Amino acid sequence: MADNPNPDLDLPETAAPAPKPKKKGIKRRIFLAGSALVVGGGIFGVWWTDSSAKAKGNALIGGEGRQAFGSVMTIAEDDTVTVFSPHIDFGQGSHTALAQMLADELDADWNKVAIEQAPADLAFANASLAKGFLPTMAGETLAGLIPDAVIGMMARSMPLMITGGSSAIRFTGEIAMRRTGAAVRAALIAEAADRLGVPESELTTADSKVIHAATGKSLRYGELAAGAAERSLSSDPVLKTREQWKLIGTGVPRRDIPAKVDGSAVYGIDFTLPEMRVATIAAAPVRGGTLESVDEAPALAVKGVEKVIKLPDAVVVIGKGYWPATKGLQALSPKFSDGGHAAVSTPAIYAAQAKLMAGGKPDNEAGEGDVDGAFKAAGAKLVEAEYRVPFLHHAMMEPFALTGHFKDGKLTIWGGLQDPLSTRARAAKAIGLGIDDVVFNTMIMGGGFGRRFPDIVEIIDQIALVAKEVPYPVKLVWSREEEVRHGSYRPQSSAKLSASLKDGAITAMRIDYAQSGNAEGEVPFIYKLPATSRRHFAYQSNQIDGPWRSVNATQLGFYTESFMDELALAAGEDPYQFRRKHLPEGSRHLKVLDEVAKRAGWGTPLPEGVGRGIAIVESFDTIVAEVVEATLKEDGSPKVVRAFAVVDCGTTVNPLNAEAQIAGGLIMGLSSAIGEAVTLDKGAVVESNYTDYPILKLADAPPAVDVHFADSGAKTGGIGEPGLPPATPALANALASLTGKRIRNLPILTQAKA
Amino acid sequence: MAIAFSVNGKPVSVEVDADTPLLWALRDDLGLTGTKFGCGIAACGACSVHVDGNLTRSCSVPVSEVAGKAVTTIEGLKSADGVLHKVQQAWIDAQVPQCGYCQSGQIMAAVALIEQVGTPSDAQIDEAMTNICRCGTYPRIRKAILAATGAAAQTGDA
Repeated sequence: MADNPNPDLDLPETAAPAPKPKKKGIKRRIFLAGSALVVGGGIFGVWWTDSSAKAKGNALIGGEGRQAFGSVMTIAEDDTVTVFSPHIDFGQGSHTALAQMLADELDADWNKVAIEQAPADLAFANASLAKGFLPTMAGETLAGLIPDAVIGMMARSMPLMITGGSSAIRFTGEIAMRRTGAAVRAALIAEAADRLGVPESELTTADSKVIHAATGKSLRYGELAAGAAERSLSSDPVLKTREQWKLIGTGVPRRDIPAKVDGSAVYGIDFTLPEMRVATIAAAPVRGGTLESVDEAPALAVKGVEKVIKLPDAVVVIGKGYWPATKGLQALSPKFSDGGHAAVSTPAIYAAQAKLMAGGKPDNEAGEGDVDGAFKAAGAKLVEAEYRVPFLHHAMMEPFALTGHFKDGKLTIWGGLQDPLSTRARAAKAIGLGIDDVVFNTMIMGGGFGRRFPDIVEIIDQIALVAKEVPYPVKLVWSREEEVRHGSYRPQSSAKLSASLKDGAITAMRIDYAQSGNAEGEVPFIYKLPATSRRHFAYQSNQIDGPWRSVNATQLGFYTESFMDELALAAGEDPYQFRRKHLPEGSRHLKVLDEVAKRAGWGTPLPEGVGRGIAIVESFDTIVAEVVEATLKEDGSPKVVRAFAVVDCGTTVNPLNAEAQIAGGLIMGLSSAIGEAVTLDKGAVVESNYTDYPILKLADAPPAVDVHFADSGAKTGGIGEPGLPPATPALANALASLTGKRIRNLPILTQAKA
Repeated sequence: MAIAFSVNGKPVSVEVDADTPLLWALRDDLGLTGTKFGCGIAACGACSVHVDGNLTRSCSVPVSEVAGKAVTTIEGLKSADGVLHKVQQAWIDAQVPQCGYCQSGQIMAAVALIEQVGTPSDAQIDEAMTNICRCGTYPRIRKAILAATGAAAQTGDA
């Protein structure tokens, strides 16, 4: 593809070949989003004039009777505005919210706004995502120097159509959707001014019309679209102020819900084609192992089984349907190697992590002030605690399923993944095709929670390899057992926290943690202390660690917020008041904490047998404080009876949906805290299904979650993930207050029982 | 062998092995994909349907056992003229689904509960609604069930 500087999409370790700068370029190299892509800089005018990508994008979404603008939206003759989202929506509601942001700036009639998934084409690579992540990765100042067109180029070269990092609203929405809506509105006004022969200043817009109040004349957007599409779009249009918003901030119903209550929504696993067969798979139980041998005959003897395919690390059975394929697979006795990982086990990983931390040689160190000095100071009281959290599985309700059809040297795939473009790249690489020979059609997804990033999704390779072997379309479906045992888990992690207290205040804190990834730069440390130290000790098992809803903020939040309660106890103070005095006066954090304490009635008497806990965690630019009230069931496991969350995500685009995201995140956090763990024995995952990887059910979830948005107007934060992290420490803190027993190892199970 | 039963009021016949779970007969042979595969061992409830009016996890019932019986799936809840069942409407009104994958099963379970007890109490909802939702939509599920039966949620938000 001509406009892709990196056509094989094999993400390079070194600089991608940047086009020659026309003017003096930015010489600095920038790491982006941890994906090992480094891009040189050059000045290319602005985003809108990056013409080849724009033209291609517009050609893909435009058509007879509908005009395309900025590869982001179209306007049809009947005024229908269609917004194309580069993000997938796997239940987080971002499609509706993104369209709200664009439609508000456009002054479009919301009843005539449609939302579609952007095609999986490089023309839709998401420049706003690159731009949004840049400040985190490169610093605000440097990021501000990068022209938009270069960022667009970077996005296409990555390629970037990722959904993740709670990024849709805060980056794509703020940067692409609002700006496009405003720029198109300006073009429509300019077109109307010419047609009506009046100055632009006399024109207003509302409900998909440009209105000339003095004469009472108006023109519909559908009438103006063709002319407006010929005009150049401003790269820096005037955006509405908060006071002018009509749609942003309102809880309009989600557009995807009606099809999800009558069975008509077609998920990846539901997709069918004529002549399609269904396949299922068993991969090596030990990750890193390989298929040594398998006798295919028992499977082929099963009625409805058509073919057995051996992959390097798996065996696949293809049949006329999922059931015959499953029976065929169950009839086989494949022999797999253990890849040399037979010694890997959950206890062995904890032991190795403890040893690493005891060795005292961190792979990354951050913080400020003299921690060791404070620890040794006269009169300092030293408090230490060790915490452990297990691997966690995403357990999305829809097991992985991709359909592939290999025909005439080209592969077409249907299914749901978080990044359509890198899905194409991965599939192409698996069977030696160029990316242009792979088409990917994004389907609705039954959850994801971080599991659907192509980097960690082996079924992409599997469907490519299987489809290439057969002349018909084939849908590869993972069983739930395959899903549980071959996850890309939230890493198993250990931590040792230490702090010194003097006169009831923390003088220094050290957080040592051992796990695969470094969380520095991702999870902010929110307390203002004289000295802090955060040290990462890198530990990698044979598992593929992946992002799990809210990523490292889950375990870091659990460590820090549990420890804050332990310190409050050691200082003889109330946990809420103790947090207060370590948060900056006037800060957003303090406001959020105070609000949740107020709403939950912190300090008021509780019924017998109920404990109350508080926690506050910032992730993805959103601050969330939660209070839960918990009791112990007869079997000794906890149950949360009341839950409160206060959220500052800057601006809440759709409060109705955001409330559901926060409540859902809180419940997922409780579920993981109470019962979830993926454990390893002899290198293989022990758990296999929802029976031994239990998800919290309705009866054990809080009957309601009181969610309050304290919109500060600060930079827009994420909403899909930040509700989760405070839930686990809030529950552990509630149980400690109830029973006096501190839970330091997850899951809680019945540990709180007296 | 051919196994005959009815689905959503229409007679059907499938040519599959007798041990084929009802779920796969519905999905792969009859093309009714609103009923979902979640776990295959009756642990999650995503595959819930009604067999002769009884709530059934279709992944763990051989199709041979429903021969001659009446199966209702999520696709069959609407009235003949396409009006949503009151539980489906309540699900939209309360904006219950997130990813939506478990919701067919949740709705089938809720309909069965309401048909059985009329206006369920919170305790009856706790006992009956055992399907898994990974998105954590439980508070809104409860709210929607109560709304569908004319009972206001007793417990507030979300």
